[in-house]
Amino acid sequence: MATIFVKRPKLAWHESFFLSTFAKGLKITLGHALKTFLEITGKKEKVTMEYPEQKWDKHLPEYYRGAPALVTDEQDRERCVSCQLCEFICPPKAIRITPGEIPSDDPWAKVEKRPKEFDIDMTRCIYCGMCEEVCPEQAIYLRKDYAITGESRAELMHDKAKLYQIGGKRVGLVNKWNELK
Amino acid sequence: MGHLLANIDLTFLIASVVKIVFLTFLVILPMVAYSVYAERRFSAVIQDRVGPNRTGIPLTLFGFKKDIQILGIGGLTQPMADGIKFLLKEDFTPKSVNAFYYWLAPCLTMVPALMTCVVLPFGSELRLSDLNGLLSWLGLPGFSTVPVPSVIADLSVGPLYTFAIASLGVYGIVIAGWASNSKYPFLGGVRASAQMISYELSLGLSIIPVLMVFGELNLAKMSIYQDANGWLLLPLWGEGLSWARWALWIPMGLSFCIFVVAMFAETNRLPFDMAECETELVAGYHTEYSSMKFALFFLGEYAAMIIGSGLAVTLFLGGWSIPFGPLIGLGYAAGDTPLWLGLLHIGVFLVKIVAFILFFILIRWTLPRFRFDQLMKLGWMVMFELALFNVLLTALLMWLIPLK
Repeated sequence: MATIFVKRPKLAWHESFFLSTFAKGLKITLGHALKTFLEITGKKEKVTMEYPEQKWDKHLPEYYRGAPALVTDEQDRERCVSCQLCEFICPPKAIRITPGEIPSDDPWAKVEKRPKEFDIDMTRCIYCGMCEEVCPEQAIYLRKDYAITGESRAELMHDKAKLYQIGGKRVGLVNKWNELK
Repeated sequence: MGHLLANIDLTFLIASVVKIVFLTFLVILPMVAYSVYAERRFSAVIQDRVGPNRTGIPLTLFGFKKDIQILGIGGLTQPMADGIKFLLKEDFTPKSVNAFYYWLAPCLTMVPALMTCVVLPFGSELRLSDLNGLLSWLGLPGFSTVPVPSVIADLSVGPLYTFAIASLGVYGIVIAGWASNSKYPFLGGVRASAQMISYELSLGLSIIPVLMVFGELNLAKMSIYQDANGWLLLPLWGEGLSWARWALWIPMGLSFCIFVVAMFAETNRLPFDMAECETELVAGYHTEYSSMKFALFFLGEYAAMIIGSGLAVTLFLGGWSIPFGPLIGLGYAAGDTPLWLGLLHIGVFLVKIVAFILFFILIRWTLPRFRFDQLMKLGWMVMFELALFNVLLTALLMWLIPLK
């Protein structure tokens, strides 16, 4: 049977006159009030933090997914080769890349391409980490920054300079372009 | 004209004005503001939250390192911030309302609530002549030796006056609901009128046993009697230690319960806040109000709460009297109460009111709201009969075991 008949509980006289139930309710509310009051005044350990003053940053896990950012390698070379895989996989279409050619007199001319422009729209980004996962060059990473704020939409459009500023240099990765050929 | 002016007791007039200003602007209104803060903070801790704790004195604006947070809990200047917010908000009058009544309603809520405070004895008496030594040292004329009673109007119909004026408060709510020309306020107003009229009955009947015991209607004299002979609910000294008073303890307790429940209904507090239940009526009768007009409703509601607590404290819990006062030498003696004791009595009265308001708040966050038919059933079929029975019981007890 899909229907369940819930039986109305039979109340004792002191319950139906709000006597014992009233006392029970007061006990619960006063208990919570006392517990929280002791926590606020510091007599008891708190389970919560007051955010802007206290932050949980030290406890963020290694796999935390915050703002995406571009990184450079040891020689300050942009790791991104503008293959646009991240742009295509990005579910909310937050990434926009304009590929550019590396001129032949550049020491890294053999890499051939680097992004001329690389914009991530932080009003669209959903922090899913697919760009990081798909990147064949280990160029894009989700950092631990989570408080991405701005006073205008334009401020939340992270351009190339901003992305490299957040990402910085990342060492110890595979450097396939260093080998001489 | 000169004859008329000569007949005016100037001392009495000045004393009354000072008392009115002291009680309304320095006691009731700040208390209203802080009871809103207390409500928010207390409800927060009941619900395991922190509550408003951010407002402090913003010394950082003037180059200091830290904002001051009074008593370390923060947020104690929240009422000021709230007040400024209310004053600075846009005072919006919707096009469809009946403008005259729309403007009248908030005043009709606030004014009766403040008017009722004149009969509350907030202290015993102040013998200002105690200051004469200091004043003559300063070269000023001294006060007369007649003590100033700590009550604005020493009426001999105290509770009746309070009920008469407090019932006017329902007009504010009904007119607000009607003038708003909107269905939610209208429903709120209709509910409020039905509820307040029903509970006025048990409110009035519940104090008849009390008046029978005291044998008078003067609130100041009731307080004096309780100070000397034990509170109605704590008859532990003076004549309170007689069989008659202890036998009357049961009907008095019943009377107190009925009075408090009816008072909750009268002030539209939570188990009975049918007039503004958020889940059904958006905000009830003040849905269409904004800015300071809304604040006036708010102030009126909390002022009514404070006055109601004051009345309950005066009738049942000894008013300004200190427990076991006469036994430990802190009792009142007519014309012979030192100034510091008079001030202490005022303090005790305020402490009792604060405790009562905290009780109000605790109840609000403990009990769920009644359904409207349950509310009416409780009012007419339980409380009314109980109050009537209580009158009979008291009369019977007073006949069997006479007082004094």
